[in-house]
This record gives sequence, C-alpha cells and structure tokens, in this order.
Amino acid sequence: MTYLPILIPVPLLLFAFIGTLAGLWRRSLAYGAALLGTAISLGVATAGLVVVLSEGNLHHFLGGWDPPWGIEYVLDPLSAFMAMLVTFIGLVVLIYSRQSLLHELPERVVPLYVLKLLLLAGLTGIAVTGDLFNLYVFLEIASLAAYALMAVGGRQSAMAAFRYVVLGTIGGTFYLLGVGFIYFSTGTLNMADAAQRLPALYESRAIMAAVAFIVLGLGLKMALFPLHVWLPDAYTYAPSAVAGLIAPIMTKVFAYALVRMFLTVFQPDYFRVTLPVTDIIGWLSAAGIVIASILAIAQRDLRRMLAYSSVAQVAYIGLGIGLANPLGMIGALLHILNHAFMKACLFLIAGGIRFRTGLVDIPLFAGFGRLMPWTMAAFTMAALSMVGIPPACGFFSKWYLVLAGLDAGNWVFVAVILISSLLNAVYFFRVLEQVYIRPLREGVAEEQVREPPAEMLAPILVLAAGIIILGIINVVIVTQVLYPVTEPLR
Amino acid sequence: MDTYSIVPLLTVLVSLAATVLIVFAGQRPNVRELWTILASVAKFALVLSMVPMVLDGRYPAVTLLAISPGISIALRADPMGMIFALSASVLWIFTSFFSIGYMRGLEEHKQTRYFACFAICLSATMGIAFAANLLTFIIFYEILTIATYPLVIHKETPEAISAGRKYLAYLLSGGLALVLAIALTLGIADSVDFVPGGFLAGQEAAGNGRLLLLFFLFMIGVGVKSAVIPLHSWLPTAMIAPTPVSGLLHAVAVVKAGVFGFVRAIGFVFGPQLLHDIGASYILAGFASATILLASLLAMWQDNLKLRLAYSTVAHLSYIVLGAALLAPSAWTGGLLHIVNHAAMKITLFFCAGAIYVRTHCENVSQLDGIGRQMPFTMAAFALASMGLAGMPPVGGFISKWFLLQGTLAPGGHHAFLIVLLLSGLLNAGYLFPIVVRAFFRHSDNFPRFGEASPLLVVPLVLTAGLSISLCLWPDGIFHFYGLASRVAVAVLGGGG
Repeated sequence: MTYLPILIPVPLLLFAFIGTLAGLWRRSLAYGAALLGTAISLGVATAGLVVVLSEGNLHHFLGGWDPPWGIEYVLDPLSAFMAMLVTFIGLVVLIYSRQSLLHELPERVVPLYVLKLLLLAGLTGIAVTGDLFNLYVFLEIASLAAYALMAVGGRQSAMAAFRYVVLGTIGGTFYLLGVGFIYFSTGTLNMADAAQRLPALYESRAIMAAVAFIVLGLGLKMALFPLHVWLPDAYTYAPSAVAGLIAPIMTKVFAYALVRMFLTVFQPDYFRVTLPVTDIIGWLSAAGIVIASILAIAQRDLRRMLAYSSVAQVAYIGLGIGLANPLGMIGALLHILNHAFMKACLFLIAGGIRFRTGLVDIPLFAGFGRLMPWTMAAFTMAALSMVGIPPACGFFSKWYLVLAGLDAGNWVFVAVILISSLLNAVYFFRVLEQVYIRPLREGVAEEQVREPPAEMLAPILVLAAGIIILGIINVVIVTQVLYPVTEPLR
Repeated sequence: MDTYSIVPLLTVLVSLAATVLIVFAGQRPNVRELWTILASVAKFALVLSMVPMVLDGRYPAVTLLAISPGISIALRADPMGMIFALSASVLWIFTSFFSIGYMRGLEEHKQTRYFACFAICLSATMGIAFAANLLTFIIFYEILTIATYPLVIHKETPEAISAGRKYLAYLLSGGLALVLAIALTLGIADSVDFVPGGFLAGQEAAGNGRLLLLFFLFMIGVGVKSAVIPLHSWLPTAMIAPTPVSGLLHAVAVVKAGVFGFVRAIGFVFGPQLLHDIGASYILAGFASATILLASLLAMWQDNLKLRLAYSTVAHLSYIVLGAALLAPSAWTGGLLHIVNHAAMKITLFFCAGAIYVRTHCENVSQLDGIGRQMPFTMAAFALASMGLAGMPPVGGFISKWFLLQGTLAPGGHHAFLIVLLLSGLLNAGYLFPIVVRAFFRHSDNFPRFGEASPLLVVPLVLTAGLSISLCLWPDGIFHFYGLASRVAVAVLGGGG
C-alpha cells in the first residue's frame, strides 16, 4: 500500500487550516499557505503520474481498512492526470490571484484563499477517490467552496451564486440518490467492488434509476446542455481570480466523474447499448455546441461570451463521451486538458483588462492591442487555439473528435464540430478586430490601458505558451496517458 | 531516396526567426528592413543549396516529433516542393525591396506588423512546399491563412475589414473541408505520407462514391485558396491589401499554396490514374476550363487595374489545375512550369500597378492614357509580362503553355482543352494589351514628362520582367525549373517527360 494517492488532497486540506490560522495573524500569510499547499499537491500529483505510468496503478486504503469496507483511493493514469491538471491550473491562478484579489476584494483575501484550497481539495479528491460515497463528499466540499467563492463578487454575483446553489444542490442530491440505489442493490460503495457486482443487476429497475440519477446529477454539475443555465451568470459575475479558477477545471472534473461512471463503475456497453445514455449525452451536446456558440456571438460582455463558450466547450467533451468509441474518449479527455489551459488563459486576460481599466464590454476594448501587446498576444494565441488552428492544442482535440465521428459514421457530429470552429472564429475574430484594428474609444483613458502587473501577466503568458506546447506534444499525452484509459472501450 | 538534412527545416525557421527580430526592431525601420532582406536572401540561398542534391535524386528530409499517433511533422524537399519553394523564395527578395519602397513611398502605418506577417507567411509557404504528409501540410496551410489576414486588412478601413471577414470566412471553411478530407483519408489509408503516383492508388476497394466524396472535399479545401470558380470571390475582394501583398501573396504564395495543394492531392494522394478511373479527371478539367474562360471574361470588365489582374490570376491558376488534371507528362510539366512562370509574370504586373499607384495614385485602367511617357520602364515591363501571360515568346508563359498544349493532344487529353487554352491566350491579350496601347499610344496631359517611381520600386519590377524572359530562354537555367518539373512528371506518371 502506498500513501501517494491520499497525499494529493491532504496538503490542500491541511494548508486550508494553516492558512486560516496564519491569516488571523497576518493576512499575507494566507497567500503563502495557499501557494505552498498547492505546490506540494502538484508535486505529489506529478510524482504520482510518473510512478503510475512506470509501475501501474497505486491504491491507498484509508485507515488501513481493506476495501470494500474502507475507503479506497486509486491513482491510475487518468486520475493522476486529472489531479495534476487541477493542481497546476490551481497554482497558476493562485499566483495571479494575489494582485487581482487585493484590487477587487481587499477585505476578504484570507477566506478566499482558504476557500480556493478547499475547492482544489474537493476537486483533487474527486479525481483520486475510488469510493462512490466519498466522491459525493468531495463533490460537496468543492461545491460549497465554489458557491461561497462565486457569491463574493457583488450583488449580481450573490444572485447568480444562489441560482448555482439551488441547481448545484439538486445535482449533488441526484448523484447521492443514484449512489443510494446502487448501495441498496449491491451493498457496496467501492467502485471496483460495485463494478464486479453490478453486471448481474443490469436488468434491475433500481440500477437503471441509479444511472439516470447519476447522469442527471453530474450533467447538472458539468453544465451539460441544457442543464447549463446556472453557468453564464455565475461565471460572469464571479471575481476575476475566481472565474479564472472555476471555469477551467470545475466542470471538467465532473465530466471526469461521468467518464469514471461510464468506464469504471459500469461496463461501457451498459451506457451505450443497454441504456441509451451515451446517445442522449452525445445528441444533447451536439445541440449544445451549436446553440451555446451562437449565444456566445450575441454577447457584449467578454466574460459572458467566455461563459457561453465554456458551455459549448464542455459540450465538446460531452460529444466525445457520447461517441463512446476510443477516439472519442481520447478527444474528450484531451479537450478537458486543452480547454482548461485555453479558458484559464482567456478568463485571466479578461480579469487583467478589468484590473487595469475596469472595462468588461468587448466594444470598449478597441485599440488595446497596441497598449497591452503581451496580454493581447496571449489572447490571440488562445483565440486561435479555440478556433482550432494547428499547431495550437485546440486543433488536436477537435481532430480526434472528427476522427471519432467518422469512425462512428456519425456525420452530424462531424459537421457540428467543424461548423462550431467557424462559430468560434466569428466570436473571437470579432474581439480581435476591436482590439487590433479599431482606434481607442473616446472616454477610455489611454494611460489606464497598460499591461497588468508581472504577477498577473506571467500566469497568462505561461498558459499561452502551454497552449502551443500541449499542441505539439499532444501525442505523448495521448499515447502515454489517455490511450490506456480507453481500454474498456475496445 | 531521402537523405537526412535539416535544411528544409531551416528554410522554415529562418523567416520565423526574422519575425521576432523584425518585431523587436520595430522602432528602427532601417534595422527592421535589414532583417527582412537578410532573411529573404538567406532563405533563397538555403533553398538553392538543395537544388543539386534534389536533381541528383537525393531528397533532403527531416522528421520531427509525432503530431498525431503514427503521423509526424515531416519536411522533405522533393522536386515539386523545390519548384514552389524556389519561386516563392526568389520572388520574396524582390518583393522585400519593393515593399520597402512601396510602404515608405506611401508612408503606410503599422509597417512592423506588415513586415512581420510577411515573414511568417513565407515560413508557412516553405512548410507547405516541403510538407511530407497531409497533416504537416494542413498545419502550415492554416498558419498561412491566419498570417495573411493582418495583411489583407492592413488599411484598416471599413472595406478592408469586411474584406478580411470575407477572406476568413472563405479560407477557414476551406481549411475545415481539408481537415475533414484528411480525417477521411486516414480511414481509408494507414499513412498520409505523400507518394508520387498517389498513396490512395490501389485503394479502389474503398468504393467510387467514397473516393469521389473525398476528392470533392479536397477540391473544396484547396480550391478556396486557389480561387477556382465558384470559390474565388474572396480574391478580388482581398485586392484591397497593399500591392506587394497582392503581388507576392495573391499571385505567388497564398493562391499558389492552394494550387500546389491541388497538384499534391492529384499527384501524390490520389494519383492521376485513380482519378481518371473514378471519373474525377474530366470533372476537374472541366471546372478548370470554365474558370479559365469565365475569369478571363470577367477580367475584361474590370476598370480597376488590380481587380483586372486578380481575375487574370484566377484564370491562370486554373491553367495549373488543368495541367494536373490531364494524364500526360507534358501537361504536368507545363502546369508545374506555369507555377513559376505565372508567378514571375504576375508579380511583375502587380509591381507595375504598385509603382503606378505610388507615383501617380492612379488605380484605374481608364486613367492610364499616355503613362508610358512618364514611366517607360514600368510600362515596358508591363508590356513584356502581358505578352508572357498571353503565351507569346520570348517570355516564360510561352514555355508553359507550349507544354500544356502538347498535353491536351496526348492520350488522356481532349481537343476541347486545346481550344480553351488557345482562346484564353486571345482573351489574355484582350484584357492586357489595351492597357499597353493606352500607355504608349494614347496621349494625355496628365503625364507630360519622364518621372519614374523610386528605384526601390522600379528595379525589382524590371528584374522580375527579366526573370520571366530568362525563364523562356533558359528554362533549365540556374534554378533548373525544367529539370525539376520533368522529374515530378516522370515520378507521378511514370512516363517520359
């Protein structure tokens, strides 16, 4: 037995306490605690991924209780990959947060850092847990932290967060109901154990109901179209440093949880043959990609445009899951990674512009290209990646999804992916035109329009560089990490 | 036979490095322009240095990292890539000088962005020329699309912006068709490496319908860039760009990248024989012929000089497509030579249009009465290039047309295409010679005495005119274009050339 899996969420939880106490003494210490905790967790996750790739899966039994009685934590390539992604984005956004939070919410920095740590702890916990109920616990830790983080942005954000609380709680409860049904039918909460017992019960109504509840619950949490209604407001009105953290990783982790249900807990054929789960997810996602992209075109507020774009991009992941073939799964999982980098970069840029100028409306960004060259270069990079221009990483997730669509003979999905590229181009080039071509608007003070401070600019540039690097090394990730994950689908 | 060499990679990287230097030298125009000139000369030298090896049958090739499972970014300087790379890189040198004269003469804004994007375009062009497989090709193809966009909208007027939107809408859609085509190809064949004679040859089992669909997608993908009617309408609109852009990119690099893609797809993906068997050859040749005639007719209607040249470009690009659609080696040789010849002639014409615009601010044909008196060198070059486009010796256009005509008479050709080519020669004369006649034989008081544009503008255009003549008199001169083209024809068609 190894301690590695549990050592990923534990530092985050631990430093959440340390940060609270230290923050009482001196507020700036909370920031240090948050950074340190996340960095340790990232280090463990990275080490975990390396070990898992060379030596195979790692298991930890909490308190020494063997499964199926105790809680099991499992590090396999996919969970290590997710944990590493969550902590990496977390660290980068935390570095960005200091200036941003001091500017937007100077009074509340300590609770915000602690909440961010709790959020990351919850999300990494979902990644590494091997227990259905424990997943619910982490889901609620992450969700409660997220509700609080989103609510502090002001009056509008409180309303948006309330809506998220209502829908998010329904989502969590649905998941819990589903888990309850599984527990009553099989008597186990351990994922691996449940996977052994479930096939005998596939005809049972209770298990079918459980699947419906779990998919619906996680679908709500991952903002799968048309269950996305909570998302646009929540992302738009959250503080910049919060939107930058939640938008790139949170919905993705629930997508990961859905993949776990599909591949690990149930056998893939149960979702794609016995019950039409993947079909439903796929078609709803296809509709979601088109509709959310069109809605994104209609937005004036950059953050809102990015929020609708997130709905569309999560639907890409849903589309890949819906295709239910190895290439589709690779496309979906790769898009989890790629989109996390792109969307984090874009939200941080939106925050950077707001930090300097207080502006959020796209037409007011006219002429910023000359005054914020580095920020806007990063924006261009992320935008081109979203449109799917190679060799930026966004191209490759679409590439695998197109291959998967052709493999499945589903031309509608292929057409949707291709058309959505054009829709992406419409809403991103609209911004680029403003930024680079139009002259500065009257009433926008030129001296305010400057690059954000280095602490905020550096994370943006790191993510922008990551976009191109991930694109170039995508094959390493696909063959080393993602390909083995798709084993059950072959 | 391939030999390992990083020179193809260097040709891509040299202007990419120059882009960085250009951006950082943005405040010092002379240093900035020095980087452009140095990069263009270095690029040309690198490409030229590979000629002897390639003629010798040893192709410099380099494989970089994998980009999709089983497919790597790979560059390989085969004879066909060399033709494109040589013509683009040699003309970039002339264009660089011309650009400096043009941009400074008009005191244009944002020159740093202009020169930086130009350098990226040339990097992408080299990547397209030397791409060894379809995925490498599409990467550079899309980069070229994006890097050209800032050049199209350079003027930043509302018309330029809407031209840019149209440009993106067309070219990004074309790129998506190509992505889909490549993905479909992977479903039929295991590898997407270019093979002379086509890597899909022998895959008839995939079924005619599927292959035709695939071919159709390829044609849309590369057809947009090469402005085949009815996918051409972005090109005249994009003429709003500064003239050197219209010259190099819309006569040499961007549209030729599309045509190059056509030839690659026909010769190295499907193979001419397979295309003939599934009945696509005649469809394609028919489209090309219709484009040639229609675009030439449209050219006659244009009063704006650059628009007239743009439609002429549309027509001439289809010469190359027509050559590749025919099964005869001489048609292939002619088509490939036309890549070079048309580039040299058309860039001369665009340079002339640019020089006229800088010196007199005239844009329309109807304003050019008697301009030969003021700008005799410019208009003499214009006359020479016009003759070439009409297919008259001693200009390069004659050679390519001669081989193309032979190709239409060979097996697999058809007399109809012969008539199209001959007719098109007449039409060319019809829309270009009146300009020459106006310039030299009509009189107007607007241009009373000699006064050429700056030497930075005139010298390049005289040199490119000279180049087009040399391409007729010594088609196998220093560049060995004829040798390269005939090698491609032999490799693809397996016959004598």
